[in-house]
Amino acid sequence: MAKYILKRVLLAILTIWAVATLTFFLMNAVPGGPFLSEKAISPAATKALEAKYGLDKPLSQQYLTYMTDALHGDFGDSLKQRGRTVIGIITMKFPVSARVGGISVLVSLIVGVVLGCVAALKQGKFMDGLISVISTLGIAVPGFVICTLLMYLFGVKLRWLPTLGLTSPKHYIMPVAALSFYPTAYIMRLMRSSMLDALGQDYMRTAKAKGLSGKKQLFKHALRNAILPVVTYVGPLLAYTVTGSFVVEKIFTIPGLGGEFIGAISGRDYTLIMGTTIFLATLIVVMNVIVDIVYKIIDPRIKLK
Amino acid sequence: MKKRIIALVLTAVMAASLVACGSTPASSSDNTQAPAASESSNTDNEATAEPLENVDGKILSVQVGPDPETIDPALNSAVDGGNMILHNFECLLTVAQDGSLAPGQAETYDVTEDGLTWTFHLRDGLKWSDGSDLTANDFVYSWRRVCDPNTAAPYAETVLGMVEGFDEAINGNLEALGVTALDDKTLEVKLANVCPYFGSLAAFATLSPVQSATIEANGDAWAIDPSTYVSNGPFYVSEWVPGSYILMKKNPYYWNKDAIKLGGIMWNLIEDSNAAYSAYQTGDVLMIKDVPTEEIPSLVGNSEFSIEPIIGTYYVSVNTSKAPFDNSLLRQALSLAIDREYVAGTIMQGTYTAATNFMGPGWSDPKGGDFLENANGGKPYIDNSDYDANLAKAKELLAEAGYPDGEGLPTLTYTTNDAGYHKAVAEYLQQAWAEIGITLEVNVVEWASFTPMRRSGDYEIARNGWVGDYADPSNMIELLYSSNGNNDGKYNNPEFDAAIDVSRTTLDTTERSAALHQAEDILMADAGCIPVAYYSDFWLQSPKITGSWHSAYGYWYFMFADIAD
Repeated sequence: MAKYILKRVLLAILTIWAVATLTFFLMNAVPGGPFLSEKAISPAATKALEAKYGLDKPLSQQYLTYMTDALHGDFGDSLKQRGRTVIGIITMKFPVSARVGGISVLVSLIVGVVLGCVAALKQGKFMDGLISVISTLGIAVPGFVICTLLMYLFGVKLRWLPTLGLTSPKHYIMPVAALSFYPTAYIMRLMRSSMLDALGQDYMRTAKAKGLSGKKQLFKHALRNAILPVVTYVGPLLAYTVTGSFVVEKIFTIPGLGGEFIGAISGRDYTLIMGTTIFLATLIVVMNVIVDIVYKIIDPRIKLK
Repeated sequence: MKKRIIALVLTAVMAASLVACGSTPASSSDNTQAPAASESSNTDNEATAEPLENVDGKILSVQVGPDPETIDPALNSAVDGGNMILHNFECLLTVAQDGSLAPGQAETYDVTEDGLTWTFHLRDGLKWSDGSDLTANDFVYSWRRVCDPNTAAPYAETVLGMVEGFDEAINGNLEALGVTALDDKTLEVKLANVCPYFGSLAAFATLSPVQSATIEANGDAWAIDPSTYVSNGPFYVSEWVPGSYILMKKNPYYWNKDAIKLGGIMWNLIEDSNAAYSAYQTGDVLMIKDVPTEEIPSLVGNSEFSIEPIIGTYYVSVNTSKAPFDNSLLRQALSLAIDREYVAGTIMQGTYTAATNFMGPGWSDPKGGDFLENANGGKPYIDNSDYDANLAKAKELLAEAGYPDGEGLPTLTYTTNDAGYHKAVAEYLQQAWAEIGITLEVNVVEWASFTPMRRSGDYEIARNGWVGDYADPSNMIELLYSSNGNNDGKYNNPEFDAAIDVSRTTLDTTERSAALHQAEDILMADAGCIPVAYYSDFWLQSPKITGSWHSAYGYWYFMFADIAD
């Protein structure tokens, strides 16, 4: 196990390096730059800015400088948000996104697994049909539509819930709901089909023949196998969700990290693009390692090598 | 059995741990420090007016845009950032509600007869928001900082380019800049070239005074932390949660504090226009700038909905360095084939007005009065009233240019980014120019790629626009000067340049006015660019807000506002 983890960590570092390198050269290949505005900045000012941030150097040298600094934990200053460091922006905004995203993954996991199981157990019945309608809706309706609908209904018409910011627990309800809609629907479907699959397996018949109680059959034998695909899905989902959703943050005015990803790219804020990308890549890689370990614990048949 | 439970729980824990690690409320940890920090730094200030914590009163909640990129006066080049700076800082002069210049930190100023030496006399007892004294030396420091290549201020050349020693200063020799503090209350500025509108620049946000103590201690980061963001205007920043809100409170050290009725202003940094509209409907926010365009038809006529012109023009750049666009007749045909009333009134939903000139309303004529009213002998350059006649004329011009009914012309390309009405206008142009036989292809480009493309001349026809920084016409008409960095159409007409050169050097206001009008005459006759519509701002504002106003530069002034009960 220890050897396996070590191997995975080395591979993870390699992956992150590859992602960082690719991002660095791709973003520099895209036209445009960070110091552009509708009104031209004087050539002297542009030159001074480029010199200040080292953008006047050849690209290979910029790359080496960036990588060396990054290894020392220095991810540089944002080129657009003057006075803020990339680390500062991430540490300021990630906790906000992590709270909303974390709660939402938890909600989707609980609701998704429970409803998915119910649908499988009541296959072909009314509940199954209802759940399948809900999950189809959840997958088909885009996030911004859900956000706008929620906001219009509960925020503007009924005035039950606040629409701006995240200052009280009540403020979390709509963003979390909006963010959970899709993953819940997806987990429901995943859970339903893998549960049906598990229920049809020979070992279930054996369990039944042994005279195990229905509860034991379900939790000890069926669920344990059926949950594997969900675990695979939840790892990366968590990485994406806790880093924030651009749409949800924009609509509910949440000061999270999601907007920074998009803003950095459209503003060509090179250091912030690198910082957020490396951060997301690291999270995804870490989640994948955790998922593998969880797999091994759930299913002893899996050998980690 | 145990293992199994662990396994199931672990999945949940992955999520839970992340929730937990985010549970320290980072967003509020750095709040409410401004007053404390400000207090501690004014140790030598004996007569502390009143403890800053006790400043109370009504808080006005508004929305003028998302998170500003910067609120450092020297670095800002955006309208929303400028609106914040306007409430935190006060320049030597200010712009009054009627657009005229009014005394700010300087009570009076005088100009020598040759127009080259400007002397500003500061008020008595000026203070920073931390209670320390503000002197003429602070202006010297701030203006040198604008020139400092390490600051790399985008507006350095615009606001100080005419000051003596600017060329040396911009290359690092800051002492060379012709700005001197004769004593604590007197600031002398020596210009290298005459600049009749230097008063407007003295009221321009980039030239706000900034405090050397806080900047030297904190570097660029001074402007991101309320506790180090020392200012001198009617308000100071008390809290800033990026992406959420900026809370400003009344500055008790401001010289004119008695005129301020509000206790504070809450700037909601809402990015989405539908979210802003919801916040307005629920009453959380009393004024919003970002109104969803689809709501406009239902809002027109509503007393809470305002449309006011701002000083600027939406125009189309034609790349005159490329054939066939070097042909003035073709450009004129393109211009006349546009029904501007339709574009402004229908496509832009009446939120713009049809442009007849390049220089729209709001520009002041150097010889006095409105520049627009004196242009072209008082007549519009393009008569919008009879579109059919214009269209017929366009067809004639096109034939004269050698392309009867568009024959012989290749497919033309119109490049734009996708925001606001840009795409709708592009589609309209496709339709309008088809009327005279021209096939137009629309090329939509992402914003960050669009600007460099247009600037380098890598296009045929492109959307363009300009909003004035100050009311002197030179600010916009010079865009078409052959060597101007914003001359995206690469327009190069020696006659036009000559007229501009005269306007730059003459001290006589009548001559200067004539030269600027002549330049516009040449530009319009030549169709050096194609004006389409004049910009406006439109917004929703509750009648509860009293005493606020909106300026022709796109700023809202809430400093002297109040909220009616």
